[in-house]
Amino acid sequence: MINRRNGCGTIVTDIHDCEGVRVTIRNQIIYMDNSATTPVRKEVVEEMIPYMTENFGNPSSIYEIGKISKHAVDRAREKVAYALGAEENEIFFTSGGTESDNCAIKGIAFANQNKGKHIITSSIEHHAVLHTCAWLEGQGFEVTYLPVDKYGTVSLEELKNAVRDDTILISIMLANNEIGTIQPVEEIGKIAKENRIYFHTDAVQAIGHVPIDVKKMNIDLLSLSGHKFEGPKGCGAFYIRKGTKIEPLLHGGAQERKRRAGTENTPAIVGLGKAIELATAEIEESNKTLLKLRERLIKGLLKIPKTHLNGHPTQRLANNVNVTFEYIEGESLLLLLNAKEIFASTGSACNSSSLEPSHVLMACGVPHEIIHGSLRLSLGRMNSEKDVDRVLEAVPEIVQKLRNMSPLTPKEYRML
Amino acid sequence: MDYSLKVMDHFSNPRNMGTIENSDGVGEVGNAKCGDIMKIYLKVEDDRIADVKFQTFGCGAAIASSSMATELIKGKTLREAWGLSNKAVAEALDGLPPIKMHCSMLAEEAIHEAINDYLRKKGLEPWTE
Ligand SMILES: Cc1ncc(COP(=O)(O)O)c(C=O)c1O
Ligand code: FES
Repeated sequence: MINRRNGCGTIVTDIHDCEGVRVTIRNQIIYMDNSATTPVRKEVVEEMIPYMTENFGNPSSIYEIGKISKHAVDRAREKVAYALGAEENEIFFTSGGTESDNCAIKGIAFANQNKGKHIITSSIEHHAVLHTCAWLEGQGFEVTYLPVDKYGTVSLEELKNAVRDDTILISIMLANNEIGTIQPVEEIGKIAKENRIYFHTDAVQAIGHVPIDVKKMNIDLLSLSGHKFEGPKGCGAFYIRKGTKIEPLLHGGAQERKRRAGTENTPAIVGLGKAIELATAEIEESNKTLLKLRERLIKGLLKIPKTHLNGHPTQRLANNVNVTFEYIEGESLLLLLNAKEIFASTGSACNSSSLEPSHVLMACGVPHEIIHGSLRLSLGRMNSEKDVDRVLEAVPEIVQKLRNMSPLTPKEYRML
Repeated sequence: MDYSLKVMDHFSNPRNMGTIENSDGVGEVGNAKCGDIMKIYLKVEDDRIADVKFQTFGCGAAIASSSMATELIKGKTLREAWGLSNKAVAEALDGLPPIKMHCSMLAEEAIHEAINDYLRKKGLEPWTE
Protein backbone atom coordinates (compact mmCIF):
# COMPACT_ATOMS: atom_id res chain seq x y z
CA MET A 1 0.00 0.00 0.00
CA ILE A 2 1.46 3.34 -0.97
CA ASN A 3 0.19 6.65 0.31
CA ARG A 4 0.77 9.71 -1.75
CA ARG A 5 -0.27 13.18 -0.78
CA ASN A 6 -1.86 14.92 -3.65
CA GLY A 7 -1.66 18.61 -2.88
CA CYS A 8 -3.93 19.75 -0.12
CA GLY A 9 -7.11 17.90 0.38
CA THR A 10 -6.58 14.45 -1.04
CA ILE A 11 -4.70 11.36 -0.03
CA VAL A 12 -4.22 8.95 -2.85
CA THR A 13 -3.72 5.35 -1.82
CA ASP A 14 -2.59 2.67 -4.25
CA ILE A 15 -3.62 -0.82 -3.21
CA HIS A 16 -3.84 -4.15 -5.00
CA ASP A 17 -7.28 -5.71 -5.09
CA CYS A 18 -7.88 -9.46 -4.66
CA GLU A 19 -6.89 -10.15 -8.25
CA GLY A 20 -3.70 -8.20 -7.95
CA VAL A 21 -4.91 -5.25 -9.99
CA ARG A 22 -3.65 -1.94 -8.81
CA VAL A 23 -6.49 0.35 -7.79
CA THR A 24 -6.35 3.87 -6.57
CA ILE A 25 -8.48 5.14 -3.71
CA ARG A 26 -8.96 8.84 -3.27
CA ASN A 27 -9.67 9.78 0.26
CA GLN A 28 -10.44 13.35 1.12
CA ILE A 29 -8.43 14.49 4.10
CA ILE A 30 -10.21 16.81 6.48
CA TYR A 31 -7.97 19.57 7.73
CA MET A 32 -9.59 21.29 10.70
CA ASP A 33 -6.52 22.82 12.31
CA ASN A 34 -6.54 26.20 10.63
CA SER A 35 -5.65 27.98 13.87
CA ALA A 36 -2.36 26.09 13.83
CA THR A 37 -1.64 27.10 10.27
CA THR A 38 -3.29 27.38 6.88
CA PRO A 39 -2.37 26.34 3.35
CA VAL A 40 -1.01 29.18 1.23
CA ARG A 41 -3.54 30.36 -1.30
CA LYS A 42 -2.78 29.79 -4.96
CA GLU A 43 -3.11 33.49 -5.82
CA VAL A 44 -0.64 34.22 -3.02
CA VAL A 45 1.93 31.69 -4.23
CA GLU A 46 1.70 33.11 -7.73
CA GLU A 47 2.47 36.62 -6.52
CA MET A 48 5.41 35.36 -4.49
CA ILE A 49 7.23 33.35 -7.15
CA PRO A 50 8.70 36.23 -9.20
CA TYR A 51 10.37 37.56 -6.03
CA MET A 52 12.29 34.33 -5.65
CA THR A 53 13.23 34.10 -9.32
CA GLU A 54 13.72 37.09 -11.63
CA ASN A 55 13.08 39.84 -9.03
CA PHE A 56 15.45 38.52 -6.40
CA GLY A 57 17.13 41.84 -5.68
CA ASN A 58 17.81 43.20 -2.22
CA PRO A 59 15.31 45.98 -1.45
CA SER A 60 18.18 48.11 -0.15
CA SER A 61 20.08 48.05 -3.46
CA ILE A 62 19.90 51.01 -5.78
CA TYR A 63 19.73 49.24 -9.14
CA GLU A 64 16.60 48.15 -10.96
CA ILE A 65 15.92 44.72 -9.47
CA GLY A 66 16.55 46.13 -6.00
CA LYS A 67 14.05 48.90 -6.59
CA ILE A 68 11.50 46.40 -7.85
CA SER A 69 11.83 44.52 -4.56
CA LYS A 70 11.54 47.70 -2.53
CA HIS A 71 8.36 48.69 -4.35
CA ALA A 72 6.92 45.24 -3.76
CA VAL A 73 7.60 45.48 -0.03
CA ASP A 74 6.03 48.93 0.09
CA ARG A 75 2.96 47.75 -1.80
CA ALA A 76 2.56 44.94 0.73
CA ARG A 77 2.91 47.52 3.50
CA GLU A 78 0.08 49.55 1.98
CA LYS A 79 -2.12 46.48 1.95
CA VAL A 80 -1.45 45.67 5.60
CA ALA A 81 -2.04 49.31 6.56
CA TYR A 82 -5.31 49.35 4.65
CA ALA A 83 -6.47 46.13 6.34
CA LEU A 84 -5.88 47.63 9.80
CA GLY A 85 -6.95 51.21 9.18
CA ALA A 86 -3.37 52.34 9.80
CA GLU A 87 -0.84 54.48 7.91
CA GLU A 88 1.82 52.83 5.76
CA ASN A 89 4.64 54.17 7.91
CA GLU A 90 3.11 52.49 10.94
CA ILE A 91 3.60 48.96 9.54
CA PHE A 92 6.79 46.90 10.00
CA PHE A 93 7.52 43.40 8.79
CA THR A 94 8.85 40.68 11.08
CA SER A 95 9.42 36.93 11.08
CA GLY A 96 5.95 36.18 12.47
CA GLY A 97 3.58 36.49 15.38
CA THR A 98 6.16 35.53 17.99
CA GLU A 99 8.62 38.19 16.91
CA SER A 100 5.90 40.83 16.68
CA ASP A 101 4.73 40.04 20.23
CA ASN A 102 8.31 40.13 21.53
CA CYS A 103 9.02 43.42 19.74
CA ALA A 104 5.91 45.05 21.13
CA ILE A 105 6.26 44.00 24.73
CA LYS A 106 10.02 44.19 25.21
CA GLY A 107 10.24 47.26 22.99
CA ILE A 108 7.70 49.21 25.06
CA ALA A 109 9.06 47.90 28.34
CA PHE A 110 12.64 49.00 27.70
CA ALA A 111 11.76 52.32 26.11
CA ASN A 112 9.41 53.38 28.89
CA GLN A 113 10.93 51.96 32.05
CA ASN A 114 11.73 55.41 33.37
CA LYS A 115 7.97 55.99 33.49
CA GLY A 116 7.16 52.70 35.20
CA LYS A 117 7.79 48.99 35.22
CA HIS A 118 4.28 47.56 35.40
CA ILE A 119 2.60 45.59 32.60
CA ILE A 120 -0.93 44.19 32.46
CA THR A 121 -1.79 41.15 30.37
CA SER A 122 -4.27 38.28 30.56
CA SER A 123 -3.83 34.72 31.73
CA ILE A 124 -4.95 33.27 28.38
CA GLU A 125 -2.43 34.93 26.08
CA HIS A 126 -0.32 32.92 23.66
CA HIS A 127 3.04 31.83 25.07
CA ALA A 128 4.72 34.38 22.80
CA VAL A 129 3.22 37.00 25.13
CA LEU A 130 3.19 35.09 28.42
CA HIS A 131 6.78 33.88 28.26
CA THR A 132 7.96 37.31 27.16
CA CYS A 133 6.23 38.84 30.19
CA ALA A 134 7.69 36.18 32.47
CA TRP A 135 11.15 36.95 31.13
CA LEU A 136 10.60 40.65 31.79
CA GLU A 137 9.66 39.82 35.37
CA GLY A 138 13.17 38.45 35.69
CA GLN A 139 14.45 41.80 34.41
CA GLY A 140 12.76 43.73 37.20
CA PHE A 141 9.36 44.40 35.59
CA GLU A 142 6.10 43.62 37.35
CA VAL A 143 3.30 41.87 35.49
CA THR A 144 -0.37 41.49 36.38
CA TYR A 145 -2.04 38.50 34.70
CA LEU A 146 -5.76 39.26 34.56
CA PRO A 147 -8.08 36.32 35.18
CA VAL A 148 -10.89 35.51 32.73
CA ASP A 149 -14.45 34.32 33.25
CA LYS A 150 -15.61 30.83 32.25
CA TYR A 151 -15.98 31.97 28.62
CA GLY A 152 -12.43 33.30 28.51
CA THR A 153 -13.41 36.97 28.57
CA VAL A 154 -11.33 39.55 30.43
CA SER A 155 -13.34 41.69 32.84
CA LEU A 156 -13.10 45.44 32.20
CA GLU A 157 -13.63 46.10 35.91
CA GLU A 158 -10.65 43.95 36.81
CA LEU A 159 -8.60 45.71 34.17
CA LYS A 160 -9.49 49.14 35.59
CA ASN A 161 -8.60 47.93 39.07
CA ALA A 162 -5.25 46.60 37.90
CA VAL A 163 -4.15 49.93 36.40
CA ARG A 164 -1.48 51.70 38.46
CA ASP A 165 0.46 54.92 38.15
CA ASP A 166 3.48 52.98 36.92
CA THR A 167 1.59 50.85 34.34
CA ILE A 168 3.22 51.31 30.94
CA LEU A 169 1.57 48.64 28.81
CA ILE A 170 -1.63 46.63 28.50
CA SER A 171 -1.25 43.58 26.24
CA ILE A 172 -4.48 41.68 25.62
CA MET A 173 -5.15 39.48 22.62
CA LEU A 174 -7.93 40.22 20.18
CA ALA A 175 -9.05 36.61 19.80
CA ASN A 176 -7.83 33.50 21.57
CA ASN A 177 -6.16 30.75 19.58
CA GLU A 178 -7.56 27.83 21.58
CA ILE A 179 -11.13 28.76 22.44
CA GLY A 180 -11.73 31.55 19.92
CA THR A 181 -13.07 34.03 22.47
CA ILE A 182 -13.02 37.61 21.18
CA GLN A 183 -12.12 40.26 23.76
CA PRO A 184 -13.84 43.65 24.11
CA VAL A 185 -10.83 45.32 22.50
CA GLU A 186 -12.46 48.66 21.82
CA GLU A 187 -13.37 49.08 25.50
CA ILE A 188 -9.90 47.95 26.55
CA GLY A 189 -8.43 50.52 24.16
CA LYS A 190 -10.56 53.21 25.74
CA ILE A 191 -9.37 52.33 29.25
CA ALA A 192 -5.76 52.35 28.05
CA LYS A 193 -6.19 55.71 26.40
CA GLU A 194 -7.90 57.29 29.41
CA ASN A 195 -4.98 56.20 31.55
CA ARG A 196 -2.32 57.08 28.96
CA ILE A 197 -1.04 53.52 28.81
CA TYR A 198 0.15 51.85 25.61
CA PHE A 199 -2.20 49.12 24.35
CA HIS A 200 -0.85 46.13 22.42
CA THR A 201 -3.09 43.43 21.00
CA ASP A 202 -2.07 40.06 19.57
CA ALA A 203 -4.38 39.86 16.56
CA VAL A 204 -2.72 36.77 15.08
CA GLN A 205 -5.94 34.72 15.10
CA ALA A 206 -8.26 37.61 14.30
CA ILE A 207 -7.08 38.66 10.83
CA GLY A 208 -9.66 37.68 8.23
CA HIS A 209 -12.25 36.97 10.91
CA VAL A 210 -12.68 40.16 12.93
CA PRO A 211 -12.76 43.58 11.21
CA ILE A 212 -10.04 45.77 12.68
CA ASP A 213 -9.66 49.52 12.84
CA VAL A 214 -6.69 50.44 15.00
CA LYS A 215 -7.73 54.08 15.25
CA LYS A 216 -11.28 53.38 16.31
CA MET A 217 -10.16 50.65 18.70
CA ASN A 218 -7.40 52.80 20.23
CA ILE A 219 -4.79 50.16 19.52
CA ASP A 220 -1.17 51.39 19.76
CA LEU A 221 0.56 48.15 18.79
CA LEU A 222 -0.73 45.09 16.98
CA SER A 223 0.82 41.74 16.02
CA LEU A 224 -0.14 39.55 13.09
CA SER A 225 1.25 36.49 11.35
CA GLY A 226 1.00 35.57 7.66
CA HIS A 227 0.47 31.83 7.94
CA LYS A 228 -2.77 32.12 9.88
CA PHE A 229 -4.62 33.69 6.94
CA GLU A 230 -3.34 31.69 4.00
CA GLY A 231 -0.08 33.56 3.65
CA PRO A 232 3.43 32.13 4.04
CA LYS A 233 5.00 30.96 7.31
CA GLY A 234 7.84 32.80 8.99
CA CYS A 235 6.54 36.23 8.08
CA GLY A 236 4.50 38.60 10.18
CA ALA A 237 3.81 42.26 10.64
CA PHE A 238 3.61 44.69 13.43
CA TYR A 239 1.70 47.95 13.67
CA ILE A 240 3.15 50.73 15.81
CA ARG A 241 1.11 53.89 16.15
CA LYS A 242 3.02 57.00 15.09
CA GLY A 243 4.68 58.69 18.06
CA THR A 244 4.99 55.52 20.14
CA LYS A 245 8.16 55.34 22.20
CA ILE A 246 9.67 51.93 21.49
CA GLU A 247 13.08 50.24 21.35
CA PRO A 248 13.91 47.85 18.51
CA LEU A 249 14.58 44.20 19.25
CA LEU A 250 17.00 43.60 16.38
CA HIS A 251 19.88 45.95 15.73
CA GLY A 252 21.77 46.02 12.44
CA GLY A 253 20.99 47.50 9.05
CA ALA A 254 18.64 50.41 8.49
CA GLN A 255 15.76 48.31 7.16
CA GLU A 256 12.19 48.99 8.31
CA ARG A 257 13.24 52.47 9.35
CA LYS A 258 15.63 51.01 11.92
CA ARG A 259 12.79 49.40 13.83
CA ARG A 260 13.66 45.90 12.59
CA ALA A 261 17.07 45.27 11.05
CA GLY A 262 17.72 42.52 8.51
CA THR A 263 17.20 42.06 4.78
CA GLU A 264 13.48 41.90 4.11
CA ASN A 265 11.95 38.50 3.28
CA THR A 266 10.60 39.97 0.07
CA PRO A 267 8.69 36.96 -1.36
CA ALA A 268 7.02 36.24 1.98
CA ILE A 269 6.18 39.91 2.55
CA VAL A 270 4.61 40.07 -0.91
CA GLY A 271 2.65 36.94 -0.06
CA LEU A 272 1.51 38.31 3.27
CA GLY A 273 0.32 41.48 1.56
CA LYS A 274 -1.71 39.57 -0.99
CA ALA A 275 -3.12 37.23 1.65
CA ILE A 276 -4.27 40.00 3.98
CA GLU A 277 -5.83 41.85 1.07
CA LEU A 278 -7.88 38.79 0.11
CA ALA A 279 -8.70 37.80 3.70
CA THR A 280 -10.01 41.21 4.70
CA ALA A 281 -11.93 41.76 1.47
CA GLU A 282 -13.74 38.47 1.97
CA ILE A 283 -14.27 38.76 5.69
CA GLU A 284 -18.06 39.02 5.66
CA GLU A 285 -18.67 36.33 3.13
CA SER A 286 -16.19 33.96 4.75
CA ASN A 287 -17.62 34.51 8.22
CA LYS A 288 -21.09 33.75 6.96
CA THR A 289 -19.97 30.40 5.56
CA LEU A 290 -17.78 29.52 8.53
CA LEU A 291 -20.44 30.44 11.05
CA LYS A 292 -22.86 28.01 9.49
CA LEU A 293 -20.29 25.22 9.59
CA ARG A 294 -19.27 26.11 13.14
CA GLU A 295 -22.80 26.01 14.47
CA ARG A 296 -23.51 22.73 12.71
CA LEU A 297 -20.37 21.24 14.25
CA ILE A 298 -21.07 22.53 17.75
CA LYS A 299 -24.67 21.38 17.66
CA GLY A 300 -23.67 17.94 16.46
CA LEU A 301 -20.85 17.49 18.95
CA LEU A 302 -22.93 18.60 21.92
CA LYS A 303 -25.30 15.72 21.19
CA ILE A 304 -22.60 13.44 22.60
CA PRO A 305 -23.41 13.06 26.30
CA LYS A 306 -21.05 14.67 28.83
CA THR A 307 -19.67 17.10 26.28
CA HIS A 308 -19.10 20.79 26.98
CA LEU A 309 -18.39 23.78 24.78
CA ASN A 310 -15.30 25.78 25.75
CA GLY A 311 -15.09 29.49 25.03
CA HIS A 312 -17.84 32.04 24.47
CA PRO A 313 -21.04 30.87 22.75
CA THR A 314 -21.32 33.95 20.51
CA GLN A 315 -18.29 36.24 21.02
CA ARG A 316 -16.03 33.74 19.30
CA LEU A 317 -14.13 33.36 16.05
CA ALA A 318 -16.35 32.03 13.28
CA ASN A 319 -13.86 29.24 12.62
CA ASN A 320 -13.31 27.98 16.18
CA VAL A 321 -14.89 24.97 17.86
CA ASN A 322 -13.52 23.74 21.17
CA VAL A 323 -15.26 21.05 23.19
CA THR A 324 -14.40 18.81 26.13
CA PHE A 325 -15.48 15.19 26.30
CA GLU A 326 -15.50 13.83 29.82
CA TYR A 327 -13.63 10.62 30.71
CA ILE A 328 -11.23 10.61 27.76
CA GLU A 329 -7.81 11.98 26.89
CA GLY A 330 -7.11 14.27 23.95
CA GLU A 331 -4.02 12.73 22.42
CA SER A 332 -5.74 9.37 21.97
CA LEU A 333 -8.65 11.19 20.42
CA LEU A 334 -6.37 12.98 17.95
CA LEU A 335 -4.60 9.74 16.99
CA LEU A 336 -7.87 8.00 16.23
CA LEU A 337 -9.12 11.02 14.27
CA ASN A 338 -5.82 11.04 12.40
CA ALA A 339 -6.41 7.41 11.44
CA LYS A 340 -9.59 8.65 9.75
CA GLU A 341 -7.69 11.43 7.98
CA ILE A 342 -9.18 14.11 10.22
CA PHE A 343 -6.57 16.57 11.50
CA ALA A 344 -7.31 18.57 14.63
CA SER A 345 -5.74 19.61 17.92
CA THR A 346 -6.14 19.34 21.70
CA GLY A 347 -5.24 21.16 24.91
CA SER A 348 -4.38 17.92 26.68
CA ALA A 349 -1.14 17.67 28.63
CA CYS A 350 -0.27 14.38 26.98
CA ASN A 351 -0.02 16.07 23.62
CA SER A 352 2.40 18.73 24.71
CA SER A 353 6.08 18.40 25.41
CA SER A 354 5.65 20.14 28.77
CA LEU A 355 2.99 17.69 30.04
CA GLU A 356 1.03 20.69 31.29
CA PRO A 357 -2.61 20.90 30.26
CA SER A 358 -3.78 23.99 28.41
CA HIS A 359 -3.29 27.15 30.48
CA VAL A 360 -6.23 28.66 28.62
CA LEU A 361 -8.71 25.99 29.65
CA MET A 362 -7.32 26.08 33.20
CA ALA A 363 -7.82 29.85 33.34
CA CYS A 364 -11.43 29.36 32.19
CA GLY A 365 -11.92 27.08 35.17
CA VAL A 366 -12.40 23.84 33.23
CA PRO A 367 -12.12 21.24 36.01
CA HIS A 368 -8.82 19.41 36.19
CA GLU A 369 -10.40 15.98 35.77
CA ILE A 370 -11.88 16.80 32.38
CA ILE A 371 -9.39 19.27 30.96
CA HIS A 372 -7.55 16.46 29.15
CA GLY A 373 -10.48 15.57 26.92
CA SER A 374 -10.53 18.73 24.87
CA LEU A 375 -10.73 18.91 21.10
CA ARG A 376 -10.16 22.00 18.96
CA LEU A 377 -11.50 21.99 15.43
CA SER A 378 -10.59 25.16 13.56
CA LEU A 379 -12.29 25.62 10.22
CA GLY A 380 -10.93 27.08 7.03
CA ARG A 381 -11.89 27.96 3.52
CA MET A 382 -11.40 24.44 2.26
CA ASN A 383 -13.87 22.85 4.70
CA SER A 384 -17.33 21.99 3.48
CA GLU A 385 -20.57 20.85 5.04
CA LYS A 386 -19.64 17.36 3.92
CA ASP A 387 -16.45 17.57 6.00
CA VAL A 388 -18.45 18.67 9.02
CA ASP A 389 -20.78 15.73 8.59
CA ARG A 390 -17.88 13.31 8.27
CA VAL A 391 -16.40 14.67 11.48
CA LEU A 392 -19.79 14.35 13.19
CA GLU A 393 -19.91 10.75 12.08
CA ALA A 394 -16.38 9.93 13.24
CA VAL A 395 -16.15 11.73 16.58
CA PRO A 396 -19.01 10.03 18.50
CA GLU A 397 -17.68 6.61 17.53
CA ILE A 398 -14.15 7.47 18.64
CA VAL A 399 -15.30 9.07 21.88
CA GLN A 400 -17.30 5.93 22.66
CA LYS A 401 -14.34 3.68 21.89
CA LEU A 402 -12.14 5.65 24.29
CA ARG A 403 -14.85 5.86 26.93
CA ASN A 404 -15.18 2.09 26.83
CA MET A 405 -11.47 1.91 27.52
CA SER A 406 -11.36 4.47 30.33
CA PRO A 407 -11.56 3.55 34.02
CA LEU A 408 -13.25 6.90 34.66
CA THR A 409 -16.35 6.22 32.57
CA PRO A 410 -19.46 5.49 34.64
CA LYS A 411 -21.41 2.37 33.61
CA GLU A 412 -24.21 4.28 31.93
CA TYR A 413 -21.79 5.79 29.41
CA ARG A 414 -20.13 2.52 28.48
CA MET A 415 -21.18 0.51 25.47
CA LEU A 416 -19.34 -2.76 25.10
CA MET B 1 3.78 12.25 17.91
CA ASP B 2 6.25 9.85 16.34
CA TYR B 3 5.05 6.45 17.46
CA SER B 4 6.35 3.13 16.14
CA LEU B 5 4.06 0.93 14.05
CA LYS B 6 3.82 -1.43 16.99
CA VAL B 7 2.63 1.32 19.31
CA MET B 8 0.03 2.33 16.76
CA ASP B 9 -1.07 -1.27 16.35
CA HIS B 10 -1.53 -1.82 20.09
CA PHE B 11 -3.12 1.60 20.48
CA SER B 12 -5.64 1.08 17.66
CA ASN B 13 -6.44 -2.55 18.52
CA PRO B 14 -5.77 -2.85 22.22
CA ARG B 15 -5.47 -6.41 23.56
CA ASN B 16 -7.09 -7.36 26.88
CA MET B 17 -9.14 -4.22 27.24
CA GLY B 18 -11.95 -4.40 29.79
CA THR B 19 -12.61 -5.63 33.31
CA ILE B 20 -12.72 -9.03 35.06
CA GLU B 21 -15.71 -9.79 37.28
CA ASN B 22 -14.67 -11.34 40.56
CA SER B 23 -11.03 -10.62 39.82
CA ASP B 24 -8.40 -11.76 42.32
CA GLY B 25 -6.45 -8.52 42.29
CA VAL B 26 -6.96 -4.97 41.07
CA GLY B 27 -4.33 -2.25 40.75
CA GLU B 28 -5.03 1.37 39.92
CA VAL B 29 -2.32 3.98 39.55
CA GLY B 30 -2.24 7.58 38.45
CA ASN B 31 0.52 9.29 36.59
CA ALA B 32 1.86 12.12 38.69
CA LYS B 33 3.27 13.81 35.61
CA CYS B 34 0.15 14.17 33.48
CA GLY B 35 -2.76 12.98 35.58
CA ASP B 36 -3.52 9.86 33.57
CA ILE B 37 -4.86 6.64 35.08
CA MET B 38 -4.43 2.91 34.49
CA LYS B 39 -6.30 0.04 36.09
CA ILE B 40 -5.28 -3.63 35.88
CA TYR B 41 -7.49 -6.62 36.77
CA LEU B 42 -5.95 -10.05 37.46
CA LYS B 43 -7.32 -13.60 37.59
CA VAL B 44 -4.77 -15.81 39.36
CA GLU B 45 -4.66 -19.60 39.23
CA ASP B 46 -1.84 -21.71 40.73
CA ASP B 47 0.34 -18.66 41.19
CA ARG B 48 -0.01 -17.84 37.50
CA ILE B 49 -1.82 -15.04 35.75
CA ALA B 50 -4.71 -16.88 34.16
CA ASP B 51 -6.29 -13.71 32.80
CA VAL B 52 -5.61 -10.01 32.80
CA LYS B 53 -7.56 -6.95 31.61
CA PHE B 54 -6.92 -3.24 31.65
CA GLN B 55 -8.68 0.11 31.55
CA THR B 56 -6.69 3.21 30.71
CA PHE B 57 -7.36 6.91 30.58
CA GLY B 58 -4.33 8.31 28.84
CA CYS B 59 -2.34 9.02 25.72
CA GLY B 60 -1.54 6.69 22.85
CA ALA B 61 1.64 5.50 24.59
CA ALA B 62 -0.24 4.73 27.81
CA ILE B 63 -2.89 2.69 26.02
CA ALA B 64 -0.33 0.82 23.92
CA SER B 65 1.77 0.13 27.05
CA SER B 66 -1.28 -1.29 28.84
CA SER B 67 -2.06 -3.52 25.92
CA MET B 68 1.52 -4.74 25.52
CA ALA B 69 2.13 -5.21 29.24
CA THR B 70 -0.99 -7.34 29.67
CA GLU B 71 0.09 -9.48 26.70
CA LEU B 72 3.53 -9.93 28.23
CA ILE B 73 2.32 -11.10 31.66
CA LYS B 74 -0.53 -13.35 30.59
CA GLY B 75 0.25 -16.95 31.64
CA LYS B 76 3.35 -15.89 33.57
CA THR B 77 3.97 -16.61 37.26
CA LEU B 78 3.33 -13.73 39.65
CA ARG B 79 7.08 -13.39 40.21
CA GLU B 80 7.73 -13.18 36.47
CA ALA B 81 4.94 -10.64 36.08
CA TRP B 82 6.35 -8.62 38.96
CA GLY B 83 9.71 -8.51 37.19
CA LEU B 84 8.31 -6.84 34.06
CA SER B 85 9.95 -3.42 33.80
CA ASN B 86 8.63 -0.40 31.99
CA LYS B 87 11.76 -0.54 29.84
CA ALA B 88 10.86 -4.05 28.71
CA VAL B 89 7.37 -2.86 27.80
CA ALA B 90 8.78 0.05 25.82
CA GLU B 91 11.26 -2.23 24.05
CA ALA B 92 8.51 -4.68 23.14
CA LEU B 93 6.72 -1.73 21.53
CA ASP B 94 9.84 -0.97 19.45
CA GLY B 95 10.54 2.03 21.64
CA LEU B 96 8.66 5.08 22.87
CA PRO B 97 9.50 8.76 22.33
CA PRO B 98 11.63 9.97 25.29
CA ILE B 99 8.91 12.22 26.74
CA LYS B 100 6.54 9.24 26.64
CA MET B 101 8.69 6.84 28.67
CA HIS B 102 6.85 7.80 31.85
CA CYS B 103 3.62 6.47 30.32
CA SER B 104 5.00 2.93 30.31
CA MET B 105 5.73 3.34 34.04
CA LEU B 106 1.97 3.29 34.57
CA ALA B 107 1.86 -0.31 33.34
CA GLU B 108 4.68 -1.51 35.58
CA GLU B 109 3.18 0.22 38.62
CA ALA B 110 -0.38 -0.93 37.97
CA ILE B 111 0.78 -4.56 37.68
CA HIS B 112 2.67 -4.23 40.98
CA GLU B 113 -0.41 -2.77 42.65
CA ALA B 114 -2.64 -5.55 41.30
CA ILE B 115 -0.25 -8.30 42.45
CA ASN B 116 0.00 -6.77 45.93
CA ASP B 117 -3.77 -6.42 46.08
CA TYR B 118 -3.99 -10.14 45.35
CA LEU B 119 -1.38 -10.96 48.01
CA ARG B 120 -3.14 -8.82 50.61
CA LYS B 121 -6.46 -10.48 49.87
CA LYS B 122 -4.74 -13.82 50.43
CA GLY B 123 -3.43 -12.58 53.76
CA LEU B 124 0.14 -12.51 52.44
CA GLU B 125 2.80 -9.90 52.88
CA PRO B 126 2.85 -7.48 49.88
CA TRP B 127 6.08 -7.41 47.87
CA THR B 128 8.32 -4.40 47.74
CA GLU B 129 10.80 -5.70 45.20
C1 LIG C 1 -2.49 34.12 19.31
C2 LIG C 1 -1.17 33.76 18.72
N1 LIG C 1 -0.12 34.56 18.94
C3 LIG C 1 1.09 34.30 18.42
C4 LIG C 1 1.33 33.17 17.66
C5 LIG C 1 2.71 32.91 17.12
O1 LIG C 1 2.77 33.16 15.77
P1 LIG C 1 3.97 32.61 14.87
O2 LIG C 1 3.79 31.15 14.79
O3 LIG C 1 3.80 33.28 13.56
O4 LIG C 1 5.24 32.99 15.54
C6 LIG C 1 0.26 32.30 17.42
C7 LIG C 1 0.47 31.07 16.63
O5 LIG C 1 0.14 29.97 17.03
C8 LIG C 1 -1.01 32.60 17.96
O6 LIG C 1 -2.06 31.80 17.76
S1 FES D 1 -0.19 9.02 29.89
FE1 FES D 1 -0.20 11.19 29.82
S2 FES D 1 1.45 11.56 28.54
FE2 FES D 1 1.23 9.43 28.38
